[in-house]
Amino acid sequence: MSPGDGTRELPSETTLVRNLKEGEAGAFEVLVRENSPRLLAVARRYLPKEADAQDAVQDAFLSAFRGMAGFTGASKLSTWLHRIVVNASLMKLRTRRRKPEVAIDDLLPRFENDASAHHLDVIAAWRETAPDELTRDENRVLVRAAIERLPDSYREVLALRDIEQLDTADVAELLGVSKGVVKTRLHRARQALRALLDPHFREGAP
Amino acid sequence: MNCREFTSFIADWLDGELPVGQAQVFQAHIAMCPPCEMYLLQYQSTVELARLCQPEDAVPGEVPEALIQAILAARPTGDGSDPTQP
Ligand SMILES: [Zn+2]
Repeated sequence: MSPGDGTRELPSETTLVRNLKEGEAGAFEVLVRENSPRLLAVARRYLPKEADAQDAVQDAFLSAFRGMAGFTGASKLSTWLHRIVVNASLMKLRTRRRKPEVAIDDLLPRFENDASAHHLDVIAAWRETAPDELTRDENRVLVRAAIERLPDSYREVLALRDIEQLDTADVAELLGVSKGVVKTRLHRARQALRALLDPHFREGAP
Repeated sequence: MNCREFTSFIADWLDGELPVGQAQVFQAHIAMCPPCEMYLLQYQSTVELARLCQPEDAVPGEVPEALIQAILAARPTGDGSDPTQP
């Protein structure tokens, strides 16, 4: 099984699925080579440590290999794999969850203690956040780094809702919590992320 | 509605889930409170920026060959069926 002979044509999805179900080794290699880059990128959103993200991708493919017989073709292979890697990443995250999390309260807005409850912190204007391609790439790096700093339980909800774009009910089911908990965590995660991004996006900031 | 309450309603307002009466009070607060208006804008920018992090730009080269080989080596062999599956 040498990796370099990638000149043959890729089979259609139907053919690929049939070959996978028949246990053809070449089909598995195609599946892995085609899908692992994207799946690894997904896993990295939940698991900041590269080794953990790679483990999650490996776990996901093992589940996929085992579950192949039950794959009905109702969704695309890539969609099915995506769901499996999200699950594998969340499981890994659970086992990795170490020590008490950073207090998210430090990243939430503070208010005056009177009836007005005005903002205690100055809300300074941000520069344009959605400009040209080059700045987009820079922003992406900044935002990824900030998301990594969020406590795990907040990062996972933000990733599932705002990045994967799953709806509240699906996320609640996936995490085994109520919809109310998902909403509260998402709101707090966004506020915390805003606080982490604030120093970078203030007008005049580098 | 004070600033603390305003802030706590942002997510529901963006999802269109605030009752009409409350939504009107919410919008009235935006008009009279520049810090909250700014906070709301930045909250929306934050959601947009997070969306930028979708991995549509993943390139094949970034997956280590060792990982691919490990996955392929771990593939269950035999007839492809799994006794744990119903
Ligand atoms: Zn206000």
